[in-house]
Amino acid sequence: MKIAVLVKQVPDTATRIQLASDGSGINTAGIKWVLNPYDEFAIEEALKLRDQHSGEVVLVSFGPARVEEAIRQGLAMGADRAIWVSDDGVADVDYLGRAQILVAALSQEADWDLVLVGKQAVDDDAAQTGPLVAALLDWPQAMVVLGLTVDAAGRRITATRELEGATETVELTLPAVLGAQRGLNVPRYPTLPNIMKAKRKEVRHTSAADLGLDGAQLTADRRVVVEGYQLPPPRPEPKVLTGDPAEAAATLVKLLHNEAQIL
Amino acid sequence: MSGILVVLEQWEGRVRRVGLEACATAVRLGHGPVSAVAFGAGAEAVAEAVGGLGVEELLVLPDTPFDRYSSDAFAEAVAEIVRQGEPSLVLFGATAFGKDLAPRVSGLLKAGLASDVTGIDPDGDDVAITRPVYAGKALQRVRIVGTPKLVSLRPNVQPVGAGGGPVARVSRPAVEVGAPRAVVTGTERNDETVELTEASRIVSGGRGMKASENFRLLDELAAVLGAAVGSSRPVADEGWVPHSYHVGQTGKVVSPDLYVAVGISGAIQHVAGISNSKCIVAINNDPDAPIFKVANYGVVGDLFQVVPALTAALKAHLDAS
Ligand SMILES: Cc1cc2nc3c(=O)[nH]c(=O)nc-3n(C[C@H](O)[C@H](O)[C@H](O)COP(=O)(O)OP(=O)(O)OC[C@H]3O[C@@H](n4cnc5c(N)ncnc54)[C@H](O)[C@@H]3O)c2cc1C
Ligand SMILES: Nc1ncnc2c1ncn2[C@@H]1O[C@H](COP(=O)(O)O)[C@@H](O)[C@H]1O
Repeated sequence: MKIAVLVKQVPDTATRIQLASDGSGINTAGIKWVLNPYDEFAIEEALKLRDQHSGEVVLVSFGPARVEEAIRQGLAMGADRAIWVSDDGVADVDYLGRAQILVAALSQEADWDLVLVGKQAVDDDAAQTGPLVAALLDWPQAMVVLGLTVDAAGRRITATRELEGATETVELTLPAVLGAQRGLNVPRYPTLPNIMKAKRKEVRHTSAADLGLDGAQLTADRRVVVEGYQLPPPRPEPKVLTGDPAEAAATLVKLLHNEAQIL
Repeated sequence: MSGILVVLEQWEGRVRRVGLEACATAVRLGHGPVSAVAFGAGAEAVAEAVGGLGVEELLVLPDTPFDRYSSDAFAEAVAEIVRQGEPSLVLFGATAFGKDLAPRVSGLLKAGLASDVTGIDPDGDDVAITRPVYAGKALQRVRIVGTPKLVSLRPNVQPVGAGGGPVARVSRPAVEVGAPRAVVTGTERNDETVELTEASRIVSGGRGMKASENFRLLDELAAVLGAAVGSSRPVADEGWVPHSYHVGQTGKVVSPDLYVAVGISGAIQHVAGISNSKCIVAINNDPDAPIFKVANYGVVGDLFQVVPALTAALKAHLDAS
């Protein structure tokens, strides 16, 4: 199987988010960048499928030069090669523009069987890229996937999806797009020899312009425009009770009833 | 059609609550008549519920291939209904269903989608939108350019209010779609447990619970409160509770009225998933635990004493009222 995994580099989940002084974005100084946690599940699943069905796993990432670090991390897990689409000349795109760029990168090659994505990137929390890419490619899709099996001929996939209070089984024809959810697998840690090997693996560099897309036009065509950021309202000073558990519990119930008016 | 279209998720005539929240939101926005679309067997049965909220027309697609969810066929159908009716705004719920479907519709129509929205208000002919990013550590203000504008709403945020209007007029739109290529072949519903993302009260346990069997204490507290039970991530990773309990940045993002965090330290990734809660109560024996910084109320003490005492005090309160 020829599998592409779309990977995004995001701030580490432990990051305390601070806003740029003009509120136009977040302050990126000192941020530790990591591979999006859900993309690790996507890569792991791709590696497992390659090991069962043979083939290759190609990482595709769109972003500034720093994303090469995330790409190397995925290569160290065992992916075969990567395509990095730089954001040169692409100042500000929306989800559709980003999906168009990723689709253009995929379309440089033929014979994809599967595209794996994370169910959501933990920076913009959009959860849009998988279905957008699927729609633009006109392939079927399933998101929030907890388990999957490919038939022996490599033509169909059975995926289980997590819903609210239920799980769902979906049958898809290939090629398809699947979005990985936590629980799909346990991502492997890169070993030291694999980290060394990853340094020599191919990362092909391309750009929106190389792919025949006009960055300025993509920005002009935005359908979703971010106007600014703000911090959530601060939470009120906590009331903390100590002492005898029974008394504290009784006081808490009174507070929840009279003050918070929740009971 | 013009106005606003709400895409509902229903099964056996039961509409998911966020669908009602979306209908109420659409009516509140006041941007023209509100219609809704429902798929699958039992679709007509939601006419009363949504009519009561002010939805004028319910479009139903009860038959094959819409009796089973398929992202491709459903998205084509929604896109076709939008092309025919030209609503200015289309609302979805940001559930597994809406998160699968809405961006695909966006791709088909090349229309902008703001997902998992918590704030939506009329702004002249337009709508002003806010959505949490970085798991709620920041809020993003966005504007959608062009029509239709697509929005998916985070469950449990928008009020529903009381009904009482007439039943929505039911019609069957004519839509042609290709053969579905991603088809649901089975759905297994969990027992009657309340879904965390829809729960108005949640009791969550962390590593301080010490062992799987101690979650019994939280089950008892939850039963008195009518709450759902959740957990921190390590507890789910240990297998003390199912993965579906895991709350936080990489688990479920919840917005209950009351969130009780028991034996949870308050790591940034956990807090990210609960910061939309109206009231947070923390029970922890470490007075310096970071969870107390985000809590409205805290009890410093041994959870093995405080939780049973709280369960008893709540029972006494409920018996007295
Ligand atoms: C990429 C990434 C994503 C993550 N995503 C999430 C996520 O989505 N959700 C999440 O929860 N975590 C997440 N984590 C993990 C997170 O960083 C913390 O490790 C985790 O939340 C801690 O869980 P805890 O509070 O249960 O355990 P601990 O931090 O061990 O806290 C246990 C608490 O229990 C208290 N305690 C102990 N005994 C008692 C007692 N007898 N009575 C009262 N209190 C007691 C202790 O004082 C302590 O505060 C993530 C981590 C990473 C790296
Ligand atoms: N810039 C990007 N480059 C490559 N893949 C991406 C990019 N942005 C998003 N993705 C993929 O799409 C998934 C969902 O992202 P999002 O739609 O931003 O929540 C991520 O987990 C990645 O798999």
